[in-house]
Parts: sequence; C-alpha cells; structure tokens
Amino acid sequence: MLTPSKVLDLYFLEARCMLIEVAATLDRFDRAVDSDSNGDDGDNRIEKLYESLQVLSSKSETPDRSEQLLKLFSGPA
Amino acid sequence: MQIIQPHYHAIARTAQDYERMAMSGVVAVCEPAFWAGFDRDYPETFIDYFRQIGEFEPTRAAEYGIRHFFWVAVNPKEAENPELSREVLKKFPDFFKMPNCLGVGETGLHKSTANEAMIFEEQVSLAIEHDQLILIHTPHLEDKTHGTRRILEILEGLPVDRSRVWIDHAEEHTIRPILDAGYWSGFTLYPITKCSPKRAVDMLEMYGRERILVNSSADWGPSDPFTLQECVCEYRRRGNSLQDAMEIFYNNPVRFLGQNPKFDLPMLKVEEMREEAEEPVEQPAEEPADRT
Repeated sequence: MLTPSKVLDLYFLEARCMLIEVAATLDRFDRAVDSDSNGDDGDNRIEKLYESLQVLSSKSETPDRSEQLLKLFSGPA
Repeated sequence: MQIIQPHYHAIARTAQDYERMAMSGVVAVCEPAFWAGFDRDYPETFIDYFRQIGEFEPTRAAEYGIRHFFWVAVNPKEAENPELSREVLKKFPDFFKMPNCLGVGETGLHKSTANEAMIFEEQVSLAIEHDQLILIHTPHLEDKTHGTRRILEILEGLPVDRSRVWIDHAEEHTIRPILDAGYWSGFTLYPITKCSPKRAVDMLEMYGRERILVNSSADWGPSDPFTLQECVCEYRRRGNSLQDAMEIFYNNPVRFLGQNPKFDLPMLKVEEMREEAEEPVEQPAEEPADRT
C-alpha cells in the first residue's frame, strides 16, 4: 500500500484536474440555465451532483466515498 | 477541416504524430523553443537545438505535407542562468533571418525569480528591436496567477505592440487580464495540468474568439497533440458552425502568426473551399486504342 504522501504525489494533480472539470460542468450548467427561458426544467440530476459534492466535502470515518456516490447515483435496489 | 497547430514541440514527438495530424487536417505546426527536461550547460547546445527545430523538423513535417515554423528563446527555467542566456541571445538574430523563424518564444516566467524576469525582459526587448513576434509562456499550476501578473507588469514597462504578443497557457483565472490588456491569449490543452478541451470551449463561449489561439503543445511529458482535434469536436458538438470552428482553429493562427510575413498561409472560407471542391476535375485525355 502507498504512503499517504505518495498517494498525493501520484494523484493530487489528477484529482485537481477532475475537480476543476466538475466545477466547469456546474458553471456550464448555470450559464445554460441563464440563457434558457425554461431554466433548469426541474431536472434533478443537478441536485444529485450537488449531493455528491457534500459527500466529498466532509472528512469520513471510513474510506467509502466511492461507494456512497455510487449508491447516490443508483436506482432503487 | 484544416487546422493549424500553433504551439507544438515536434522534437519530442514521433513521425506517427505528424502522420496522424496530417490525416486529421493539420496543415501547419509552429514549434517554440522550450526546456529539454534538464538544464543545458553550453550556449552551443541551444544553438544546435535551434538548428534542429529550424532546419531538421521542417523536413520531417514535410514528409506528411505539413508546414513547419519555429521560434527561438531561452526558456524561463534556464533563464535562471543569465550568463548562459545572454550568450544564447547573441545568436538570435542569425535565426531571425531564417525563412521559417517566427520570432521569440516561448520566453516568460517559471518561478518568477529576479533572473527570470531580467532575461524575459531582455528577450522581449530583442524581439522588439528586430520586429519579431513574441510568444510568452505563463507558469504552471500554483505559480500561474502570480507569474501572469508579473508578466503583464513587465510588459507594461516595455514598448511592445500588444497585437504582436501572444501570452499562452491561459486558464479561467488568467484569461481576462490578458485580453483586457490587448494581448493575444492562448489555451494549451493538456490531459491533466493545463486546460481541457471542454473548458477551452467554455472560455470561447464566455470570451468570444477574438485574439484567442488554441493549441495542444505536446511535449515529452504527459500530453497529447490530438486534444486539439478533441477541442474542435467539442466546439462543433455544441452547435457551432464549421466556419466558426475554422475561424478559431485555422484563421486565428493565420491572423496572429501572419503578422510575420514568413507565415504565408491564406485565410480560408468554407464557401470558397466548397466552390473549389465542386469545380470539375480535368480528366486526362483518353489514351489511344492499342492497335497492335
């Protein structure tokens, strides 16, 4: 298993890149809503994205964020 | 669609990249001088490097019908050695005379040290003195905000024609001051560390296409020349016309680089290309029947 610092050495830039892509996607959505007379049209997928960000933004007792996100994006079992 | 790759480090790439670029519409590449991955010790090493990108690379590109142009510069990392840098700068005018040399680039800053700033200023001054185009590298990652600001401050004190200066590797947090000051701005598409094709198209939607150049750089590190084509596809996927795409990925490079008359590619209009394509091709005369 990698050391904590090695994990950041290997994956920090990749994670940074993915987070910026998420930010750009949300900005893109907001601009689209602003320019569309129908607004966001009640599409709840955007709420799912914001819910997932809440999962990511809190420190977890157990490393299971991926599992939590997959459940969030899953249909009923 | 015809594409110009305005910033490309061919020296670090394979012939297969040239071949694939040609197959995907690239008609010209421009190769700035950059860091080799280690600091060079001798001025002569730079000179031979300039000869390689100025004399040899055009022959490799020509194998695939691609025009190749180049720039000379001491990159910001090696500018940390002023004595070495000044020896190299003395040789720039020899390269300015070459028929495919576009100017001074990529100069700029890396860690924004005093030595880097001094050699950057000297290179810009040399370019001005010799009426050359200027291509400026802005720093990576956490150094970009400060470095871009310093570059703009340094340029502010120099008598540059801003329409002849391209400040590259801009992202969402640095593009506005570059454009507001009247310079050309470049987006460099990298898989991880710079701009992505989707974000580049976002910025095109936000800022328009005037004074914008898009490139994929592509060097010896994790990079991919075809992020440029990916960007073209993303731009078209969002409903933009072929002509609009050509304005960004072909005509804008012609507008900027064509300020140096050596860059002699014509501006293109889709309608004119269609008319040309529809003109009947003259058939060869029928061969006489074999009478034997």
